[in-house]
Order: sequence, then structure tokens, then C-alpha cells
Amino acid sequence: MEVGQKRVNMLGEDETELRLGLPGGGGDHVAAKNGTHTAKGSYNGKRGFNETMDLKLKLSSKETAAATVDEGKDLPKERNLLGGSGDSVKPPPAKAQVVGWPPVRSFRRNILAQKSSTGGHEDAAFVKVSMDGAPYLRKVDLKMYKSYQELSDALGNMFSSFTIGTCGSQGMKDFMNESKLMDLLNSSDYVPSYEDKDGDWMHVGDVPWEMFVDSCKRLRIMKGTEAIGLAPRAMEKCKNRS
Amino acid sequence: MMNYFPDEVLEHVFDFLESHRDRNAVSLVCQSWYRVERFSREKVFIGNCYAISPERVIARFPRVRSLTLKGKPHFADFNLVPSDWGGFVLPWIEAMARSGVNLEELRLKRMVVSDESLELLARSFPNLRSLVLVSCEGFTTDGLAAIASNCRFLTELDLQENEVEDRRGQWLSCFPDSCTSLVSLNFACLKGEVNLAALERLVARNHNLRSLRLNHAVPLDALQKILMQAPQLVDLGTGSYVHDPDSDTYNKLKSAVQKCTSIRSLSGFLDVAPRCLPAIYPICLNLTSLNLSYASLIHNSELIKLIHHCSQLQRLWILDCIGDKGLGVVASTCKELQELRVFPSDIHGVGSAAVTEEGLVAISAGCPKLNSILYFCQQMTNAALITVAKNCPNFIRFRLCTLNPTIPDPVTMQPLDEGFGAIVQSCKGLKRLSLSGLLTDQVFLYIGMYAEQLEMLSVAFAGDSDKGMLYVLNGCKKLKKLEIRDSPFGNVALLADVGKYETMRSLWMSSCEVTLGACKTLAKKMPRLNVEVINENDLIDASSDDRQKVEKMYLYRTLVGPREDAPEFVWTL
Repeated sequence: MEVGQKRVNMLGEDETELRLGLPGGGGDHVAAKNGTHTAKGSYNGKRGFNETMDLKLKLSSKETAAATVDEGKDLPKERNLLGGSGDSVKPPPAKAQVVGWPPVRSFRRNILAQKSSTGGHEDAAFVKVSMDGAPYLRKVDLKMYKSYQELSDALGNMFSSFTIGTCGSQGMKDFMNESKLMDLLNSSDYVPSYEDKDGDWMHVGDVPWEMFVDSCKRLRIMKGTEAIGLAPRAMEKCKNRS
Repeated sequence: MMNYFPDEVLEHVFDFLESHRDRNAVSLVCQSWYRVERFSREKVFIGNCYAISPERVIARFPRVRSLTLKGKPHFADFNLVPSDWGGFVLPWIEAMARSGVNLEELRLKRMVVSDESLELLARSFPNLRSLVLVSCEGFTTDGLAAIASNCRFLTELDLQENEVEDRRGQWLSCFPDSCTSLVSLNFACLKGEVNLAALERLVARNHNLRSLRLNHAVPLDALQKILMQAPQLVDLGTGSYVHDPDSDTYNKLKSAVQKCTSIRSLSGFLDVAPRCLPAIYPICLNLTSLNLSYASLIHNSELIKLIHHCSQLQRLWILDCIGDKGLGVVASTCKELQELRVFPSDIHGVGSAAVTEEGLVAISAGCPKLNSILYFCQQMTNAALITVAKNCPNFIRFRLCTLNPTIPDPVTMQPLDEGFGAIVQSCKGLKRLSLSGLLTDQVFLYIGMYAEQLEMLSVAFAGDSDKGMLYVLNGCKKLKKLEIRDSPFGNVALLADVGKYETMRSLWMSSCEVTLGACKTLAKKMPRLNVEVINENDLIDASSDDRQKVEKMYLYRTLVGPREDAPEFVWTL
């Protein structure tokens, strides 16, 4: 951020027009009229941000103390404390965290924290998902989910319309009953499997989530009867990995 | 004194009084006005749920149909209030159920709402039409299922920024087929999946739906189908706005959006693929409200392209990655702008993404109707604030937040006293003010002198001595809420004018210089105040030294004495 002529011009007339001092005031008010603050050491006795950081975080705040508490006598006016640009005299102070600052609702804070960890859609991991008996395939972005449970829910949603036929007389009620759906998907009737980087078909859920996301190339929800041959190879694979 | 008008006439006249403040004023005129008013009041607003008991509210206003309750102090939003502090809605619902209140509308802010409360609510009030929960917590999707299943005439279910535990129980599917009365449905804050087919059917059969805000689990193809069913929407919150812009689905979305000519308010975009944004350009021209404050993945340039289409905006919530330049575009495009909120995108770093005083000055110069601002910025100067004050004398709400809370004016190295002083002097209608940056007692002198309409003041890391706080308490006659953290105000300021606190709703002081002894003195002098001392770390009790400083103090006027639901770490003196 350029700190220079532009701002000085802004000061111009406006500042002198504004008179905020009290009529017939004392010494303090003289300072107010001049628009400056007397260097009486009036910053003392105030528990500033830095002190709070010391108290709350036990950090050494010498750098930040220098940045905010000094009275400006020793610093050139152009000095930029904020360190956002290459113009700064020294590296920016560590942005330590005081509870509740900046004042942003927890809801928003959590969303932002989540965003920065997931890193956005440049890294999307779309894989095809097929379900035996379904007329067409779907695609999911594995990076949108953080756990097997979330993925399972999403798959349940996607393929819910295809299970109507299997619901018998209970029909819509069962279909809308999520736990029944999960039972269906989780039961021996359907087995979720995936093809990994080596081209092997594995049982979903055996490896840690992140490892799964990295290695999964496509998903298949197979009918239980076809899954019998799956298990032994999956076991072998796990043994080889660990 | 003769009463010239029969009660019915008075009641009819009072019908025209919308605001609870007007009604409160009217009920003070005389006994008969008090009587008529209390029987005719249907909407009751309780700014602090502990100021009065539910029984007394119901006794005074037996015809209450709509209740608004606020619970925790504002600083609870920023994790300064321990989570078990209080603010439970259950006693209110129980009392109303017992008394046979015909509740139609319940609006809660910062309260603890359990599933049990929601279930009781759903069972006890068959005419419940509207449930609005803002910044609440304590419930799960099971509670929502109870509401959906039982409230046959529900028109509004509005969940804003609540912490809701997801039980994956398909709550949305619990709306029966007979539910066709929905006007507003907002579940954007929910984290879990919803049954998309049920959602589509719900939208299809609720032809009066005007406001729909989806959560991130609703993908773009579902959005497209929903919009086809609801072209009458006025307010839309998108779910996950990610898709392949070369796909058929995206094209379908484009044509669906074009049919939604009534949309005036747009939000969502928690997940967004910027290349899909052009689909919404056609509706941008009509937008009066746009909330992109969760869309951190939209690049500056795309944001600016979008803004160019939005010339009718009155309200804009955006992230600071828009930059000063982007704010310049807002200033030149959005001439109708009244409210602007610029949120920080990077809370932890010293991001170069942040905006500075330049953006604020540009907005103030370009948007003459601006009256409300929340601005998180890297830095601020007195000169800028003085200019802003001159450009915008109409501010009602002015909240400035520098990411470093004690940063001085970087040009002059001075505190920001003069800048804020200019704001309060120029904006004669200012009702709410939040300060930040390096500030001395001087700024409080100005506030006390000039902020005559000020009702709420938020102070952090500011001031030098008790004088600062005293200027405010003595000067701001209309002050209702004062919240202070990490500032050197102590016993002298606290005890100077104890009567003042009965004219206010509440006072919060944390990490200040106030001692236990002073709090006790205050509590003793003012029986109609609850003085709560909150000490989580070292439990304060009868054996504690009066000279000990109090970590957090929250005091509020009340007619019903100390509350019985206070947890261990809260001591009402």
C-alpha cells in the first residue's frame, strides 16, 4: 500500500475545517484542536493489544510492541506497518490470535477455516459411480466429502430413485426412510467397491478416508451376490500395504 | 381523568402502532391506555430473555401471537461467552403451552434451543406459522423433523447461521404431502445432506414459495430442477454452485434462471465454480440484495464483472478479496446502495487481500444513500474517516473493524480519535457504532458529546482511563447496550452513575479493570440489576478477594431477580 502524497492531499482543507475541541477547555482540549495527540505518554496505563497478547498467548511481542506503541517520533511517516507490500521496512508482525478477534461469528469462521483446508475446486476429484441395475452412471467429486459417512449419504441421495423398485409394498415410505436406504446400501444386498490406482477392485471403507480419495479411480455399488470374489483380494491388498 | 374514547376505539387506533417502542410509550400514558394496549398487543419483543419471566409476559399480554426473544449477549458471537452460559427457550415454550397461548410466530436470536423445545413447540401450537432461528444452537435435524411433521400451517422456517447437529434423519421428507403453505424456507446453515427428491417435490407443491435458501449439499442440477418449479421466487440462496459449464445441465440452469424474473435477493455460493457465474447475469439487473460473503473462491475479476450487472443493489455483503479497486467499481455501479458489509476472507494471515481506507472513501463518495456499514479492513486513516463523515451524514450503523485492533493511522501514526469523532459529529442519526484501531479517551469524549442517538456501542482495546467510559455513560442519553473488552476501564467508571444502568438493556465488560468488590457494591445498590460475574478459569466465590479483577462481567436490568439456570461459573451477585 502506497503511503504518500495522495493521502496528504486528502488531509488538505478538510482537517482544518473540522473543529472538535470544547469551548473553554483545558490542556487536553488544546491537543484536540490541533488534531494531534500530546506526547504525554498517554498510551501508558492502557492495556493494549500487545499486552493482551502477552497475557493471553504468552508470546514474545517485542516486534509488535514496537509496531504499535511507539509515539511515531522515531519513524519516518512513510513507514508502512502492515507489511502487506514489499515496501515495508521489516517483515510483518506475527498475526497471533486473540480470542474473538477479528469479531466474526463462529459460523463464518468455521466455514472459512474449512475452505482453506479443502483448497477449492482446482483439486476436484470426480469419479464415476455405477450401481448395478441402474440405467446410467453418476459422477461424484470425492473432495466434497470429508468422511465415508458423508459419501455414503450423498450416494444414497443419488441413487435413491433407483431403489423404488426394490421397496415392495411399503413403497414411498421406505424409500423416504433414510435409515432403510442406508440399510439397503450397507447390507449384504449392496456392496460399495472401488477401483484403485492399480486397477484392483477394493471394498470401500477399509483404508483411511484421505488414502481412499487419493487412490480411488471409480466407484461401483455392486449387488451382494457379485461381491463374493472381492473379499480375498481386498484382504491381500491390505496386507501388502501395511 | 375522563376517558373520552371507548376501549374499542382506542384499540383500533393502537392497531396502527407497529413498533413495540410506540406501544410501550402508549401504555405509559394512563391506566386505561395501559389496559387497552396490553389486551391488544399481539407481537411481543423481549430484548433480553432474563429481563422478565415468561409467566409475567403472558399475564400482561394474554393475546400474544408472536414472540421475539434474544438470549446471549452479543459478544457470544465471538466466543467470549462460555457455551453453557444460558439463554434457554424451553421455559418460555413450556409456559406458553401451559397457558394456552395461541402462538403463531417465534423468533429467537442467540438462544439455546433443544430438540425437546422444538418438539414441544410443534405439538403445542397447531397454528404455528413462522419459526425464525438466528445464531442459535442446541438442536439437531430431529427437532426440525418435528416441526416439519406437525406444523400444518407453516409458512416460514428460517434458519440463519445456527449450529445444528446433523442426524441424517431426512427431516425435509417429514413435510407431509398436505404441506402447501410455505412462503419461506431457509436451511442454508445445515451441514448435512437433504433428500433431493423430497426437496423438489416440496418446492413443486408450495406455489407460494417466495424465499428459498439451500445448503451446500444441494448440487447445481437439483437447483436447476427447483428453479423450473419455482420461477416465482423473490429470494434465492444457492446450494453448491459447481458444475461443468459446458454441460447440458448448466444450459438448462441458464434458461431456468432467465425465467426467474422476480428474484430480487441472491445469496449462497458456498461452493462456486466461477465459470458458472454468467448464468446469473440475467437476474443481476433486478437484484436489490446480494450476499457473496461466503464465496471465497470467486476471483476479483469475476466479482467485478458480476457487480457491473448489479446497478440496483441496495444491500451488498462481500468479502475483502474484492479489494479497493473492486469497491471502486461498486461505488460507480451501485448508486442505490444503502448497506455494505465487507467481511475478512483471511482471518489469520496478514493477507494482502484486505481492503483499506481507500475502498471506504470510494464507496462513501459514490453511494449517497449509504446508511449502514460493516467494514473489516487492513488499516484506516483519520483523513479517510473525516472524508467519509462528510460524504455520508446519514449513517445509522457504522462498524469498523481493523484486523489489527490497535493499529494507528499509518500516515500520521496518530490514534483514530479524530476520524471517529468526525463520524459521530456528522452522523446525527447514528444508532450503532463499533470502534477499532488505536483509540484514546478522546474518542469517547467525542462520542459522549455528539452521539445523541447512539443506542449500541462496541469497544475493544481502546481508551486510557476511566474517563473514557465516563464520557460515554454521561453523554449518550439513549444508550441501550454497551459492550467493552480489553480496555482499561475500572471501578470508578463502573460506579459513577449506577442509576444509568436501569436505563439500559445491558453492559458487558471483559478483560477490563473492574474488581469483584466493585461489582458487589453495584449489585447491592441496584437490586433491579443482575450483575453476573463469569469466571471460568478461577472460580470466584464468597471467599475470593474483593480486589480480584473480574474476567467477565455482564449486567442487565431485570424485573425478576437472579436467574435460576445460571451455571457454576456464573455468579449473580
